[in-house]
Amino acid sequence: MLEKALSGSRRYWAWIVFLLLLILVGFLAYMRQFEIGLGVTGMSRDVSWGLYIAQFTFLVGVAASAVMVAIPYYLHDYKRFKDIVIYGEFLAVSCVVMCILFIFVDLGQPMRIMNVILHPTPHSMMFWDMCVLFGYLLLNFIIGWTSLGAERKGFPHPHWVKVLAYIAIPWAVSIHTVTAFLYSGLPARSFWLSAIMAARFLASAFAAGPALLVIFLLILRKVSSFKVGKEALQALAKIVAYAMIANVFFFLLEVFTAFYSRIPEDMAAFQYLFWGLDGKHSLVPFMWSAAVLALLGIALLVIPRTRKNEVILPFAMAAVYLAAWIDKGVNLILAGFVPNPFGQVIQYAPTATEIMIVIGVYAIGLLILTVLYKVVLGVREERA
Amino acid sequence: MKIERREFLKLGAAVAVGLGGGLTLDVLTKTKPAAAETRTDVAGTRVSSKALHAKRWAMVVDASKFKTEEDFRRVKEACVKAHNIPDFGPDSKHQIKWIWEEPFERTFYGVDDPYLPEAIKKENFPVMCNHCENPPCVRVCPTQATFKRPDGIVGMDYHRCIGCRFCMAACPFGARSFNFVDPRPYIKDINPDFPTRTKGVVEKCNFCMERLDQGLMPVCVEASNGALVFGDLDDPTSDVRKILDTHYAIRRKPELGTGPSVFYLVGGGGAGA
Ligand code: SF4
Repeated sequence: MLEKALSGSRRYWAWIVFLLLLILVGFLAYMRQFEIGLGVTGMSRDVSWGLYIAQFTFLVGVAASAVMVAIPYYLHDYKRFKDIVIYGEFLAVSCVVMCILFIFVDLGQPMRIMNVILHPTPHSMMFWDMCVLFGYLLLNFIIGWTSLGAERKGFPHPHWVKVLAYIAIPWAVSIHTVTAFLYSGLPARSFWLSAIMAARFLASAFAAGPALLVIFLLILRKVSSFKVGKEALQALAKIVAYAMIANVFFFLLEVFTAFYSRIPEDMAAFQYLFWGLDGKHSLVPFMWSAAVLALLGIALLVIPRTRKNEVILPFAMAAVYLAAWIDKGVNLILAGFVPNPFGQVIQYAPTATEIMIVIGVYAIGLLILTVLYKVVLGVREERA
Repeated sequence: MKIERREFLKLGAAVAVGLGGGLTLDVLTKTKPAAAETRTDVAGTRVSSKALHAKRWAMVVDASKFKTEEDFRRVKEACVKAHNIPDFGPDSKHQIKWIWEEPFERTFYGVDDPYLPEAIKKENFPVMCNHCENPPCVRVCPTQATFKRPDGIVGMDYHRCIGCRFCMAACPFGARSFNFVDPRPYIKDINPDFPTRTKGVVEKCNFCMERLDQGLMPVCVEASNGALVFGDLDDPTSDVRKILDTHYAIRRKPELGTGPSVFYLVGGGGAGA
């Protein structure tokens, strides 16, 4: 089926070449990092994780695009999602590949990555995260690819694919939970040491994943033969709205606990995010942008008139997506290191090299996504 | 193995009794015969038959004896020399630190009391890895590159570490450093008896396990003129226990339950007084 990705319009090829160029730039930047070490990044002794781990954390969430279409379709037999399930699954595939790449580029000794498998360590959450992420990648790829193969031949899905699809649903819950456990079990970081972290991860994932999916479906509607239905879009938009409301609600619960209890350590990171701390405020603009975008996105999705307007819909989705990205792909990780274990505020800013590597990894994800979507479109055009 | 262990415990007890209360631990190392035989232990590393053993190594910091910058410099420099610690300059983001000084409000972040005596607020304290009893760094490491030895020391395998830095996020004491670049060009004079590290791995204080295995006290303890006291926390007759039995000592962030093995005598009137 892969040959479907090898024929396309000039616009298609221009897009592919553009992505390949970005990947090349990212690769060259990575070669520099590989040579010199993580010293080429903005990370330090005090902020020892930066954009890479933050992107990893965020993209685990976006991979929820699959489960949020799979649940209505497989569990509730919601037929309107029949044609879009595969787009959700392949988006998840591309996200998980990016997650793995972001972990890889973050390693100080990447050539030793197999040590995680050679010395399996069940008391490390990293070990479990690796297991659930690889499992989720395989599940989504196998489910997507096999059902597409069946569709091509005009057969119904083989029965075992349905079984895998059922397994993939709790599995999706596990990737967000275990990723949250990376953070929420650390006595050192009070900003992360919160029982509601896994719930926040689920809510933010269930918002960001389908939001990006809607954006891609709308793009496909413009540039391809696949015209997503109005009802499917509206159903996704409602999912995004509810999930985002839950996400913001959970965040506010954290804010209440920190500021009503007035425990200084619990307040510190929030103070840093909202107003800055010790005269340092690099994340303040991010925090307020996220707040405005989240409320705007929710408002546009809750009001039926704006939600049903398909000109406004992509903007609402972008607002939600960006808010979730700032929340998890920037603030959550960076503010976790503020203050440091000595109570000092040490700030972090990514370097150009680091940003190029991030762009390169995103370009790889988009390339995988483009190829997979092209195969889907090719197979379906052939049958039509 | 067992007989040996018992012998060492006896030896330890005898030395401790001989020391009484007042002597510094330097004596302990000086009483050791110079030529120690070596043997190979189960793990394949060469361990002197003079190796010092303990159930749980611990340290007492007598802050009253760290008065001048010189008191800190001696200790830090001994460690830097012994462990090939690179010098990136004081303002570098890439600093590697095993033992260094911090003021009270940073050492004991959270114990933020405006009514402390000025003398304490102004005091500096040496900080290092606490070799925690329940080390979160060990719990999170995905490769067991950082591990807890049976004698309580939290060690690092620089050859296994993948540089994920999970341990740095997990350590509540900021005890860990990462080699952001190749450290070798920044080492002043290389000590051939201790490994240098490569870029991309994490490191920290190792309580001088390589010296304990040769029957020697940690190098900072030796250089401290009695300001750092080292011994077995599990042995009621050890020097650290004698101090802890009679003095009020505090640990950093005890509420987190990691169980630090480094104790601080704060506010003057230290062990010698
Ligand atoms: S002080 Fe930090 S590095 Fe040392 S054992 Fe405790 S948690 Fe681990």
